[in-house]
Amino acid sequence: MSEILDTLKMYFEFPAVRYAMIVGLLIALCSSLLGVTLVMKRFSFIGDGLSHVAFGAMAVATVLGVTDNMLIIMPVTVISAVLLLRTGQNTRIKGDAAVAMISVGALALGYLLMNLAPKKGGRASANLSADVCSTLFGSTSILTLSLKDVIACIIMAVVVISVFFVFYNKIFAVTFDESFAKATGLHSDLYNLLIAVIIAVIIVFAMNFVGSLLISALIIFPALSAMRIFKSFRSVIICSVIISLFCAAFGIILSILAGTPVGSTIVAADIGVFLIFSLLSFCLRRD
Amino acid sequence: MTDMSELLKCENVSLGYEGSVVTKNLNFTVGSGDYLCILGENGSGKSTLIKALLGLKSPLSGEISFCGEVKKSEIGYLPQQTMVQRDFPASVREIVQSGCVNRCGIRPFYNKEEKKLASDMMKRLEITDLAKRCYRELSGGQQQRVLLARALCAARKMILLDEPVTGLDPKAANEMYELISGLNKKDGITVIMVSHDMNAAVKYASHILHIGGKQMFFGTKDEYMTSKIGQAFLSVMGGDDDE
Repeated sequence: MSEILDTLKMYFEFPAVRYAMIVGLLIALCSSLLGVTLVMKRFSFIGDGLSHVAFGAMAVATVLGVTDNMLIIMPVTVISAVLLLRTGQNTRIKGDAAVAMISVGALALGYLLMNLAPKKGGRASANLSADVCSTLFGSTSILTLSLKDVIACIIMAVVVISVFFVFYNKIFAVTFDESFAKATGLHSDLYNLLIAVIIAVIIVFAMNFVGSLLISALIIFPALSAMRIFKSFRSVIICSVIISLFCAAFGIILSILAGTPVGSTIVAADIGVFLIFSLLSFCLRRD
Repeated sequence: MTDMSELLKCENVSLGYEGSVVTKNLNFTVGSGDYLCILGENGSGKSTLIKALLGLKSPLSGEISFCGEVKKSEIGYLPQQTMVQRDFPASVREIVQSGCVNRCGIRPFYNKEEKKLASDMMKRLEITDLAKRCYRELSGGQQQRVLLARALCAARKMILLDEPVTGLDPKAANEMYELISGLNKKDGITVIMVSHDMNAAVKYASHILHIGGKQMFFGTKDEYMTSKIGQAFLSVMGGDDDE
């Protein structure tokens, strides 16, 4: 046991490891906040679609040789979020198809572009599959974050959390019953837009961390676990934040010790908690 | 008409979607304390009319005007339940309080007054003891009470009910009707209810609006019972029920 602690202590002396921990916890916190809303509004698929769009945008940024990827990824993802929401409002099937189309399309084109890019520039493409893999599943090494990334992430977290607090009651009203909220004069379209934009921002930030394929897990799993046990909206949210933070910390530490990829380790922890909570709710219900 | 203080007036209102008129020439008024029941078959434009009354949809022509104490955003609304709500993780108190959300404006949290209003409404609908229970664990009738309490938080003068007893068993449906009737008679709340249920309509309502492509009848319940359309409809719907 003390050996493990010593190893951890040694690792945490590197600033990059500390950065990874800070960023990981912040992203886990933010992504769990809106999980319940997404699940209940049947928006879970939007998270998935957007993460693929973000991947495509990243490929475009790579091809164009933009130094700061964020400048392209962020606006593209936010715009896609708005567009997906618009199509979703007309009819459900159309919305579903639109999401599938955009997400798979972005994925395919992104990969295609990434393959074409090095040839054009005359660079070697030896590292391509590793690049793609780390974009999809998160960096295998967590030592890639710079201080600038950390600061950007802290700002994002502060904004997301404060927006969530300020609009908590409105988000609840819109999530529970959109037509009632609208009828009583709440601008529900505006709040839907707000939710979509927040999700887009979280996804872009989380992409570097857990990879674009695994982000949805970070958003959905804590909420689903918490919903198994808790009975009020507030307690579900508090619980999903705690679950998410715990799983992120646990996953990061485990990945340091065992040398596993961070993103998938965190998601594995989330799945574990989900199974435990499902079992617990099953037992509680039988009593 | 019993009370002359008008709350809502529809003049020559036509409703529909682009190109197609669903229902036209609606002329009716709702006075303070009225209990108006809107009858009509599926597709007759009932739900479109609700949307128009709530201000979610503007009429093709004609005018819907609110007068006196009620503004457009001050109608309490009891929508039909959606599948999403049936397994929603929220406590009864949270849901009832969410009826106050339009009172907040840009203020992020509920103040004491709004919390008290929510408590009062829960007391009025006899769901205080359910306050901490989870919405998805309640029976259909209890869920409707919760949503009604929420609607009353949004507006205490006028409520619009969209098929409030759908999916309830006869006993719960009866309780719901009695509750609504009590709100109308004891608390003086103006009620507009959309319904298929002919028997309940003639039992509880003070006024009837019957639509089907156009306005087929508007008047008091007693006038409706003796009118041609009313009698035809009653006999079709099995109106020779007792009472």
